[in-house]
Amino acid sequence: MSLPLTRKDLMIVNMGPQHPSMHGVLRLIVTLDGEDVIDCEPILGYLHRGMEKIAENRTIIQYLPYVTRWDYLATMFTEAITVNAPEFLENIQIPQRASYIRVIMLELSRIASHLLWLGPFMADLGAQTPFFYIFRERELIYDLFEAATGMRMMHNYFRIGGVAADLPYGWIEKCLDFCDYFLRGVVEYQQLITQNPIFLERVERVGFISGEEAVNWGLSGPMLRASGIRWDLRKVDLYESYNQFGWKVQWQKEGDSLARYLVRIGEMRESIKIIQQAVEKIPGGPYENLEVRRFKKEKNSEWNDFEYRFLGKKPSPNFELSKQELYVRIEAPKGELGIYLVGDDGLFPWRWKIRPPGFINLQILPQLVKKMKLADIMTILGSIDIIMGEVDR
Amino acid sequence: MAAFLARQAALALRARQTAHLGPSATAMQGHLRTYMNAGAPKRFKEDEEKEQLAKELAKDWNAIFERSINTLFLTEMVRGLMLTLKYFFERKVTINYPFEKGPLSPRFRGEHALRRYDSGEERCIACKLCEAICPAQAITIEAEEREDGSRRTTRYDIDMTKCIYCGFCQEACPVDAIVEGPNFEFSTETHEELLYDKEKLLENGDRWETEIAENLKSEALYR
Repeated sequence: MSLPLTRKDLMIVNMGPQHPSMHGVLRLIVTLDGEDVIDCEPILGYLHRGMEKIAENRTIIQYLPYVTRWDYLATMFTEAITVNAPEFLENIQIPQRASYIRVIMLELSRIASHLLWLGPFMADLGAQTPFFYIFRERELIYDLFEAATGMRMMHNYFRIGGVAADLPYGWIEKCLDFCDYFLRGVVEYQQLITQNPIFLERVERVGFISGEEAVNWGLSGPMLRASGIRWDLRKVDLYESYNQFGWKVQWQKEGDSLARYLVRIGEMRESIKIIQQAVEKIPGGPYENLEVRRFKKEKNSEWNDFEYRFLGKKPSPNFELSKQELYVRIEAPKGELGIYLVGDDGLFPWRWKIRPPGFINLQILPQLVKKMKLADIMTILGSIDIIMGEVDR
Repeated sequence: MAAFLARQAALALRARQTAHLGPSATAMQGHLRTYMNAGAPKRFKEDEEKEQLAKELAKDWNAIFERSINTLFLTEMVRGLMLTLKYFFERKVTINYPFEKGPLSPRFRGEHALRRYDSGEERCIACKLCEAICPAQAITIEAEEREDGSRRTTRYDIDMTKCIYCGFCQEACPVDAIVEGPNFEFSTETHEELLYDKEKLLENGDRWETEIAENLKSEALYR
């Protein structure tokens, strides 16, 4: 295949930014020798909106509505990390109930994200049907989100010290119903996809990453776990209340696209397990930490004292970040979503560095697609699971 | 378990292919494998083992295997197609949008509206909290003292094209004057039509008052 004779007529093909299976606006400049990929150069930045700079001109609260625009398919995770960063920086505790609500929301969001990975991934491989089936299930998740947060995608639900509003009456029953329904849905996907010979032929041994490579490239999330490394921040970091539920880290040792598919399918089941446990054990009490609502200036005042002022309404613009810096991370469906936050004793963060999992995972793409066939680019890119809103920010 | 089954099926497929296509196919596969595994000797070893396993399986269970593979090839497809066929006859989950609409949450944040008291007096007292919190700076307010001495807005503009529908204005408002109502169908043909002024907002409030009041009432328990 690498004969010098055919090397003469290399073809340079521009894939994207408007290619339907580029998952947004990713542009790949692919050098082809016949059907073999010789070289591949990804070009990013078509969806750059300066999200990090916007953060420097907003209070954390004001920035919250923006963050769902990073990874618009796993919206709850972006909100979670945005509130987690100042919470850890200022050492703010959140009530148990809020923590449980967050876990439920996060896991629902994880399922939604994995579903909208599965559909387009299968569509890239030429299977249209799962694409429509996943939307049916995802719709229910979004209905749940809408009932609790008011919006289907741009929730603006998490707040520093809790969540914006309590779960509405009857939501929990609906959530349980969804869990039961969804488990059947997963069985259907398995029936439709997992043992389908055409699917297997296209994904098996395509886009192989060894465990060592995965670590060296800084991959995270299902990409890493599919290469045989049992690394899940929910187990490692113990944020929110994930340690109170029984669940297993999903991993495969093969490291190819099929392994990544299996990891994600497994994660959806585990998420359902977590949701079911969380919903059953959800404690009562407040859904937000009222302490956070007060002005920070009068921090040493006694509770309910004359000086002690609650802010009547939630969107308090007066949350001051102390002069510290920290890195927080959570396990988003695509991998490790992190924030490097530098405070400067001001209302605005001095620096708000986002570590998007999709961006870091995408790095390995040129290496993976080299020496593969042109059609394998779709499989490999699909199995990486990127969202350009997050890659370009 | 599913993972194991999937791998098993893939192995069976490969074994069948090598049997049918003969040595040339094997050579090609080998070639491909060296390509794919460049720089990953570990993987190569694993593959060898797998191939070995597949061969052994094929030898031991040759008769059963041959038969089951053939059926397997079809059954998997047929099972998938049966599922799609089943959904072909089931009730549709889609709705015919402009004529049918899905349920809307009372927390939904749609088109803005300025509300009035029952007496007809506008609620807004021009405290400018919404203007202060608005992350997109879509709200512009100017205020003056009215003849009766009360503080009211003279100008209340929302640029609907800037607005990101976060609902902070609604949360910040101490008198429930500015709310995001349940209307989400307000697309226009020009940009100018989406630059709402006070008049338009108050008109919205009058039109949607019933729904807005209902939603606020049901939400009062939670906030």
